[in-house]
Amino acid sequence: MLLHGTLINIELLLALLIVGLLVGTLIALLQVYGGRFLGTLASGYAWIFRSIPALVLLFLFYFGPSQFGVNVAPFIAATIALGLRSSAYQSQIFRGALQAIPHGQMMAARSLGMTRVQAIVSIIIPQALRLSIAGWSNEFSSVVKDTTLAYVVGLNEVLRKVRIITDRHYDLAMLAYLTVALIFLGLTYAGNWGLGWLETRIRIPGLQIGGEL
Amino acid sequence: MVFDSAWLSPLAHGLILTLEITLTCIAIGIVLGILLALGRVYGGRLISIPCNIYIQVFRGTPLLVQLLMIYYGLPSWGISLSAFVSGILALGLNTAAYQAEYLRGAIQAVKGRQMMAARAIGMTLPQAIRYVILPQAFRIVIPSWSNELILMFKYSSIVFSVTLLDLMGVGKRIAARNFRYFEVFIVVALFYLALVFIITQLLRLLEKRVHIPGLGEHAES
Amino acid sequence: MSLLRVEGIHKRYGKEEVLKGVSFELERGETKVIIGPSGTGKSTLLRCINQLTPPEKGRVWLDGTEITHAHAKINDLRAQIGFVFQSFNLFSHLTALGNVRIGPIKVKGMSKEDATELAMEELGRVGLKDKADAYPAQLSGGQQQRVSIARAYAMRPKLILFDEPTSALDPELIGEVLEVMISLAKGGMTMLVVTHEMGFARAVADEIIFMEHGVITEQGEPKQMFLAPKHKRTGEFLNKITELYGETD
Repeated sequence: MLLHGTLINIELLLALLIVGLLVGTLIALLQVYGGRFLGTLASGYAWIFRSIPALVLLFLFYFGPSQFGVNVAPFIAATIALGLRSSAYQSQIFRGALQAIPHGQMMAARSLGMTRVQAIVSIIIPQALRLSIAGWSNEFSSVVKDTTLAYVVGLNEVLRKVRIITDRHYDLAMLAYLTVALIFLGLTYAGNWGLGWLETRIRIPGLQIGGEL
Repeated sequence: MVFDSAWLSPLAHGLILTLEITLTCIAIGIVLGILLALGRVYGGRLISIPCNIYIQVFRGTPLLVQLLMIYYGLPSWGISLSAFVSGILALGLNTAAYQAEYLRGAIQAVKGRQMMAARAIGMTLPQAIRYVILPQAFRIVIPSWSNELILMFKYSSIVFSVTLLDLMGVGKRIAARNFRYFEVFIVVALFYLALVFIITQLLRLLEKRVHIPGLGEHAES
Repeated sequence: MSLLRVEGIHKRYGKEEVLKGVSFELERGETKVIIGPSGTGKSTLLRCINQLTPPEKGRVWLDGTEITHAHAKINDLRAQIGFVFQSFNLFSHLTALGNVRIGPIKVKGMSKEDATELAMEELGRVGLKDKADAYPAQLSGGQQQRVSIARAYAMRPKLILFDEPTSALDPELIGEVLEVMISLAKGGMTMLVVTHEMGFARAVADEIIFMEHGVITEQGEPKQMFLAPKHKRTGEFLNKITELYGETD
């Protein structure tokens, strides 16, 4: 039963990471290439969504809309709330990677006649993505655990299952929590291992932060 | 949308509790973190392995699980702790694990030659640690600690789930009573934003004050 | 009509004016070498020509089309001007082959197959066909620079600008790069080269331009510059360089 709940956590994890990735990449690009106005907006967005606690965001996106008559499913509210939050952190990772790429790369691309957009898409972003992997491992670890927060908006995830168990079998409470802890340890390790494998697969010799030609 | 200024007072009280909890758990975290870090670096296998296990477990499991385990789980083993103690304990134990890791990294960045130099002038191991290694390691860790402080400030919000009336808890109560979740939590969010901003600036000032030129930029001098 | 015409380039960095009015022309098939003390703006001048660093004042024409014009199609024009950087600037995430063919694919719209064929040909021309699948970090400096020349040439530009192409190379590796450049020059490519390599200048330069303090102080054929420079300073500098960098053939 607990494993069933865990599945929900994993689904939430994937959903919010995707939201975080897409929005985060956009924000990072705006911060680096967007010019003063958009860049500042993007930075502001990132700061706000990093500084507001996840729980507050969850409440705002779940209970907030119901006030105006819109009922949001817990899963969707959690995906958006945690996803946007993750996007703020991911944007910082990606931005760091973008800025770590030597300016000569852009110059070389422009000197061939590429437009700014072509250069960013074909030359800068592929390198930045690879440089970001280490940072994303951290974000991943962090976010795996944050999925449990969705418990407070009633998502039928693993902690809620624990509640159901403990309501019926009071004495099993500690055991239940320990099991959940173990499950998450497992998830975290699995995730880190997976990302490490990914990093090795797409590694390019010499492409690393500080690895100047 | 309706905002009510009557909310401000109870929210401020909640904020005070939040700050109390945050500072207490950070204090626990620092003390415990130092012990764990030293245990990992200088303890023999007997000490460093349990320390490492502690660190891995507390960093690898969700904070909410840790909190609920202490508050709801322990009673089934006969240990009943108050909500406040549970909160501080969970947060403190958790942050200790992270702080231990940051400090461990800092110590290892400093230790090599610095330790040799200290022993060479006749210091004992504890003296070397206390007068040479740790002072430098502390300064290297400051950015990470600042980060951790702010992180704990935000995560302290989970204690509302064990009925504590911190900023988050008060917010929920007011919102539930008036069914104005949106407005109340916008205000709560603003509270957190303002505090994060203030704390960040204060920490930045602190960093400048204890900064030693050249330390930490390249770990070995 | 000259292939490249540069008129009155002024460039300022902050308070300092690095280029104080530079003008010259380049005919099709000519190779001109720019020399001068460091910091006189030689590299800046090259970057002003293809607008990587737009000048404050001055105009540049490529084959009659004004590059500096506000409505100029700068990307199309850049595609016609090759640029070889001192620090190579190869795209680190692409193999040598990838580097050479990406320009033709993305900028000229060539098909991947045609571009690959072309790229292999160019790599062969610089003697690196067997390194097609190597990444930049796996190549020596000289090899990287040769790939970078292949990359520029694959675009079939009207002229190629070289910004101190061998300054970042170990001495043993300089020769292989100069060899490629000499064969390009002899093959009729129009080239503007900033360098200290006097052997190269002697071998293929149609004219040597001496720059100091942001202006051209003297220009003329190599023979004349070496044997009978108009200004004492030019002669001093040329002697110093030949002393330091020797003669490479």
